[in-house]
Amino acid sequence: MARLHTADPGAQISFFLPYPSTMQKKYYTLLLLLLAGASFVPLAMGQNQEFPVSPPPLTEGIYPCTNCHAGMPVNTKKRELKEEHINIRLHHAETMRWCLDCHNAQNRDKLRLFNGELIGFSESYRLCGECHGPVFRDWKAGIHGKRTGYFFGGKRTYFLCANCHDPHEPKFRPIKPEPPPHHPMEDRNAK
Amino acid sequence: MEALQNTLRETWHFYRRTLTLVAKGGKVYYAWCSLLLVIIFVGLVFYLRQHDAGLIATHMNDQVSWGLYIANFTYLVGAAAAAVLLVIPSYVYHFKPIKEIVVLGELFAASSIVMAILFVMVDLGRIDRFWHLIPFVGSMNFPQSLLAWDVLALNGYLFLNLLIPIYLLIKFYYHKEPNWKFILPFILLSIPMAVAIHTVTAFLYNGLPARPFWNASILAPRFLASAFCSGPAIIILIFQIIRKVSTVKLEDEALFKISELIGYAMFLNLFLLASELYKEYYSHTVHIEAFEYLFQGLHGHNQLVPWIWTAMAMNVTAFIIFLIPATRKRLLTLNLGCLLIIIGVWIEKGPGFVIPGFVPDPLGEIFEYVPNLLELMVSFGIWATGLLIFTLLMKVAIPIETGEFTHVGYVERTHRVEEERQAWKQISSGKF
Amino acid sequence: MRNKDFTRREFIRNLSLTALAGVSVPLLSSCTKEETEDFLQKHFREMTKEEKQGVIAKLEERYARQYGRKFQISTQEALPDTLWGYGLELSRCIGCRRCVYGCVKENNQSRRAPQLQWIRVLRLKRGSLINLENSEHYYSPDLVPEKGFIYLPVQCQQCQDPPCVKVCPVHATWQEPDGIVVVDYNWCIGCRYCIAACPYKGRVFNWAEPDIPREEVNPSVHYLGNRPRMKCAVEKCTFCIQRVRQGRYPACVEVCPTGTRKFGNLLDPNSEIRYIIDRKRVFRLKEDLNTESKFYYFFET
Repeated sequence: MARLHTADPGAQISFFLPYPSTMQKKYYTLLLLLLAGASFVPLAMGQNQEFPVSPPPLTEGIYPCTNCHAGMPVNTKKRELKEEHINIRLHHAETMRWCLDCHNAQNRDKLRLFNGELIGFSESYRLCGECHGPVFRDWKAGIHGKRTGYFFGGKRTYFLCANCHDPHEPKFRPIKPEPPPHHPMEDRNAK
Repeated sequence: MEALQNTLRETWHFYRRTLTLVAKGGKVYYAWCSLLLVIIFVGLVFYLRQHDAGLIATHMNDQVSWGLYIANFTYLVGAAAAAVLLVIPSYVYHFKPIKEIVVLGELFAASSIVMAILFVMVDLGRIDRFWHLIPFVGSMNFPQSLLAWDVLALNGYLFLNLLIPIYLLIKFYYHKEPNWKFILPFILLSIPMAVAIHTVTAFLYNGLPARPFWNASILAPRFLASAFCSGPAIIILIFQIIRKVSTVKLEDEALFKISELIGYAMFLNLFLLASELYKEYYSHTVHIEAFEYLFQGLHGHNQLVPWIWTAMAMNVTAFIIFLIPATRKRLLTLNLGCLLIIIGVWIEKGPGFVIPGFVPDPLGEIFEYVPNLLELMVSFGIWATGLLIFTLLMKVAIPIETGEFTHVGYVERTHRVEEERQAWKQISSGKF
Repeated sequence: MRNKDFTRREFIRNLSLTALAGVSVPLLSSCTKEETEDFLQKHFREMTKEEKQGVIAKLEERYARQYGRKFQISTQEALPDTLWGYGLELSRCIGCRRCVYGCVKENNQSRRAPQLQWIRVLRLKRGSLINLENSEHYYSPDLVPEKGFIYLPVQCQQCQDPPCVKVCPVHATWQEPDGIVVVDYNWCIGCRYCIAACPYKGRVFNWAEPDIPREEVNPSVHYLGNRPRMKCAVEKCTFCIQRVRQGRYPACVEVCPTGTRKFGNLLDPNSEIRYIIDRKRVFRLKEDLNTESKFYYFFET
């Protein structure tokens, strides 16, 4: 009768046996978790789809917000700001929300989705899309808002919601129109 | 081959002789030709300015892109088509009084077509690219484009109306009997051609759904009806002038026959106009706007209103004159009626037709077009060109028709001149 | 005597012929080589590749002389399997006319005498959207949009059954395979029949030599599109043929500040324009005229 090697060759051999050992149990669980996790990826695809967007229109010097807010105490009481950010007038469902409903209280460099997920400013369209569903759908297809560049054969840039709509006061202000065309005989008399 | 050479020699000889006819005339003839040449020269000077600066020198623009030139073109094509009203009585019905003047009428049609073609040419933005319109050399869009059809039809009709009279005149000159087997098919062809040129011109307006004022099925019949009023009216007046200044025998009966035909044509013209007015005013769709602009004024723009009502009054008065035999058969009232028709139809078919097609434009804009001095001068120049061509053609055709200008006469005269010269030679050599 | 007569007649004849020849020689030679070449230039579609290159070289040299810039003149043909379509969201147009002037800059249109604009923005009263007879072209308020009005920009609709192509007597305008209706500016005779035939006022005419300020000229052009034109040739929107055949958006799409304008390939089922046609309520102007326009107007929902 040969003596079994103390380096536990049984573990190596029994890896391929149907009945799992403790080590195998660990491996199988890991594999299962991996597969389970992977199956969520297609579901999450929609939410995490990348769009080639233009940079967010942040004011010069305001970002990163943590430069100021890192050491500040967090006050989550809904109020009108008197000391800073006084130039921002909130006129966007302000009866139902205030600043910290969109901006994350703990980390001011991020925005907060309904489910608590934190996103960067260049993904702000996901936040807007939570309320503005049909428009978000259209924007994703490329038919709401502005795109510049190439629609094939080159880089296309989607404008972020915030590039056109001020998120705090989104209503478009009327603008001055360009001049009307000359009346038909206007040029002739001048010539 | 021999026969062809002979024909060519005879034609060349005839042409050279006609130059002498054209160069000599009375005081009135010289005065008339000089006046026309002055007007032509002025028109040419203005046209060169337009050619240099571009069409911006006119008052046409993107909203009203056709103006006085195309208005005159439409009218003159109609006047040219009217020659058929002489051809049918002479060659189909052998009505003698008209048979004597049919050649002159065809030459009138030729001058009219030349004027129409000239009006189109001055209206072209790039006259140097005219060769693009020639089939096979350029790229003519036949059969889709009605303008291509018009180019072919007008030139074909011009060719016919030069070939037939010149052929007949040469034969008269040489006292030879025309070869009817050769020329009669051309003559009979000119009858549907006359209807064709004006139908094609009507169709080129008709086929544009963008312009509801023109997109009416009634357009071609209206054009023909108004053409058969105005053309013969001009012919009546011109032939009375010819009768006065030459020895052409023109019976009043010919004029009265033509005036009868004018009466029918004017009735049709008025009836078709009434049909159009009923359709537009009763249905009262958005497309009534062009008619409103023409007859009432639209949103304060009413420049054409007095013109069209004058034209209506003239047409109705003329119709009554031509309806009643008493007024039709008196030369004074006949001439008045003709004058009324000529001017009335010109207004109705020229500016009163082309301009409302552009008002309002497809996007609803209203622009009131008024021709400027340059367009007027160029138009006068072209009318003068046509009149000059007609005068010169008459200067040749009438003596041939009356028998004053013949080859026999030429031969006899040169023979006499030669005899005299020989006599002088003998006398001068014999003396010394 | 007879001989003398002949000689005199012959002399006069010879003299007049020489005079005629003498006058015509300088007259004919006053046409420069350039003018003669222009006069004899063939139709663009009949040119061989070499002839096209020759014409392009001639034009580049001429534009360099005239504008002091190096031009890139493309003759790029239509891409396969493309049919360009345009979408315009009427709920968003505010009538600011930035598309008009963006187009003018991109496409080298004459600025004054005459002022040519390929896009025209109409102001319509709410309640009668398509009654174009009540449109206002020359509105000039301080601010837009004005209350109670809707704005409708109109330009060449690149019809699939274009009435302008039908009526051109010399084939100077035709429809390219990708749907764009183009004009060979050197072939157009200036008869303006196409302007009379267009139901949308899409075509305009160079009534004089165009006036483009030197510093504003756009040097990347297409032969059939935005190259500087000459007097008495017709021109129109070409969907920025110099841009779209390379995959770029037309200038009006890019410059619109409210994202009203959309563009794409109708034959590509994943394009933006197909998305619009499949999901939005689209309509075209004057559809009863059967021009099969490719310019789709729509509202948001």
